[in-house]
Amino acid sequence: MEFDVSSSPHIRSGDSTRRIMLDVLIALVPTLIAGTVIFGLRALAVAAVSVAAAVLGEWLWRLVTRQYNTVGDLSAAVTGLLLALTLPATVPYWAAAVGALFAVVVVKGCFGGLGQNIFNPALAARALLMLVIPAAMTRFAAPGTALPLTGAVDIASSATPLHHMVMPALPEVSLLDMFLGNTGGCIGEVSALALLIGGAYLVARDVIKLRIPVSYLGTVAVLTLLFPRGQDPLLWMAYSLLGGGVLLGALFMASDYATSPATPGGQVLYGVGCGALTVLFRYVGLYPEGVTYAVLLMNAASWLLERFTPTRLFGAPQRKGGLR
Amino acid sequence: MRSRFWGGVHPAGRKELSADVPPTPCPPPKQVIIPLQQHIGKPCTPLVKAGDMVKMGQRIGDGEGMCAPVHASVSGRVRTVEACRHPSGFTCPAVVIENDGQDAYASELAPIADPASLDADGLIGRIHGAGIVGMGGATFPTDIKASIGKVETLIANACECEPYITADDALICSDADRAIGGLLLLRQILNPARTVIAIEDNKKNAIAALADRLKTRPEIELAVLPTRYPQGAEKQLIQVLTGRQVPSGGLPRDVGCAVFNIATCASIRRAVAEGEPLLRRIVTVTGRGVKEPKNLIVPIGTPISDVVAAAGGLTDDVWKVIAGGPMMGKAQPDLTAPVTKGVNAVVALTRAENGEAAHHSCIRCGKCVTVCPMGLQPLYLYRFSGCGDREMLRRYNILDCIECGCCAYACPGKLPIVAAIRTGKRLVKEGK
Repeated sequence: MEFDVSSSPHIRSGDSTRRIMLDVLIALVPTLIAGTVIFGLRALAVAAVSVAAAVLGEWLWRLVTRQYNTVGDLSAAVTGLLLALTLPATVPYWAAAVGALFAVVVVKGCFGGLGQNIFNPALAARALLMLVIPAAMTRFAAPGTALPLTGAVDIASSATPLHHMVMPALPEVSLLDMFLGNTGGCIGEVSALALLIGGAYLVARDVIKLRIPVSYLGTVAVLTLLFPRGQDPLLWMAYSLLGGGVLLGALFMASDYATSPATPGGQVLYGVGCGALTVLFRYVGLYPEGVTYAVLLMNAASWLLERFTPTRLFGAPQRKGGLR
Repeated sequence: MRSRFWGGVHPAGRKELSADVPPTPCPPPKQVIIPLQQHIGKPCTPLVKAGDMVKMGQRIGDGEGMCAPVHASVSGRVRTVEACRHPSGFTCPAVVIENDGQDAYASELAPIADPASLDADGLIGRIHGAGIVGMGGATFPTDIKASIGKVETLIANACECEPYITADDALICSDADRAIGGLLLLRQILNPARTVIAIEDNKKNAIAALADRLKTRPEIELAVLPTRYPQGAEKQLIQVLTGRQVPSGGLPRDVGCAVFNIATCASIRRAVAEGEPLLRRIVTVTGRGVKEPKNLIVPIGTPISDVVAAAGGLTDDVWKVIAGGPMMGKAQPDLTAPVTKGVNAVVALTRAENGEAAHHSCIRCGKCVTVCPMGLQPLYLYRFSGCGDREMLRRYNILDCIECGCCAYACPGKLPIVAAIRTGKRLVKEGK
């Protein structure tokens, strides 16, 4: 009789990469539904194109580079969906497809695949599209606009809350509308409610810890409260948290495992950095929004933060700090 | 002062397979294989040769220094002294005895009616003579552990935090007096200010048995701890009970503690009061890969095949046979290795219990960091071991790893982290 002789431990938890990615997809469902309700079926179609392109790109890349097939771990589908949620519903389909391919092949695949990439693939792809087709990336439909399902969208962009805030002025929409998502913006950023439901699911499933989202949002809250650009600091803070991609970024982008520090201390610093840069870019940047570049820059710093925050060794003679 | 240990996991216990089954004697084996090394330290030199007749309890191997003698666990003829497979995975010279079934007994140790009359040196001498080692699996010679003068806290470890195993549970339920008796003898040696029996709260019957007997022994504290793995790891248990951390590279005595497994305590009592060396132990034979999971009283040296047969044999879908628990035990290539002093369980797992074997990529989820009870970063130990980077392995404190397996258990990528860390430890030790 032959027995397996692999190393201990001989039992494993029920966790798997696939299960984690599936949980992220499940957590994004409310946001996708909200986006579809607000911007119509075109939003759903953009998401479908982006996911399909990401999965196809992943499969082809692994095939061409002679690596085992990783479509089944669902990470490519997550990347595709996350990218779609950062796009306006008016974006040309080809742009969503190109962005998704860029994300999985260049930003992830070329860096060694899942877990090895330095930059968040979805955000890096969004940054690329902002660079290449800035006009299409900032053409926002007003909620409820009937967008054509096929062909190019030819509408005038409606102002998003962030367009007001960059002036700076408080947006015209109510906080309740911003909370529910009854406002212009990218597919996945408008409904705070849907994002929070998804975030709560991820925390409940222990897929993400609260450290990064809380330190990120907390930093944005504190900075906008201390340096308001409106009459009422509290109101300004509330609009700052609900407007733009901060919630999507804090819950689903900054918390990405591969591109954030693995140490608890590093995660807190990373969240603080994301929050500070987001506010800085919003206040002084060229674009009204700063989440994409804030998170991407912190991605690049995450290895450094990790080395500044080593875990405390059991029975260590004294606390070892500094660079390792 | 109770505290929590860092990290840890909570695997399904599966102890119900063999819990509450009173230990029964394993049928006498046809032959026993007594490895000359069943402890951490120097191997014994054989005192017998092929053809010799030996009696049960006779010393058949001994040595100088850090060494625990081994004894014949049955009577009969020595068939050979040769290299045999050890359950820990290496090969080691062993005395193979054909059992004559007579159980003719002869011990060098005379029973002592009044153990309280012995001084510390006398007791330690007895413990050494009986070949007692840590029976929780670490197999550190008990006499050396007890020879550290006075300690502040003496801990009897009955946590049995590994899933599946119920050997200590069964021992306490059937033999609590002997276990407590052994602990009292250790008190006599070590003079502690505080004596604790630590047990996890999933062993209700054992807790009741201990609590009942400790009513008249206020000097012994019973600590019932919430079940969590690896609570029974020495350093973690000390942390839980005293709040103190054994220094990196140090020993429990550096924080005034000494920890003994509860089965070791019972063996001490048996050796001192009854004059019987360490000849047998309770072994849990369990897992869905055996037909009748149970707790067996097994003569040391009994081949695992006999122990498995006594539990009804293996099922057709058995996938892995482990000496020890599923978190830290050693997978056996076959059933020829014998039960040694440190083997508390033989666990036969089906493929479904063993879980998915595929190795995916590290997604840097950080779960390994969260569950590590030693405050390490297993993901980096895994990475740097893979590329053979001694310097980085040392900086990430690889030698502090206790190989509890929490990281690999929790890893969603199912990465063989512990295997990589063992490789890394060898690299670092060689590179010194």
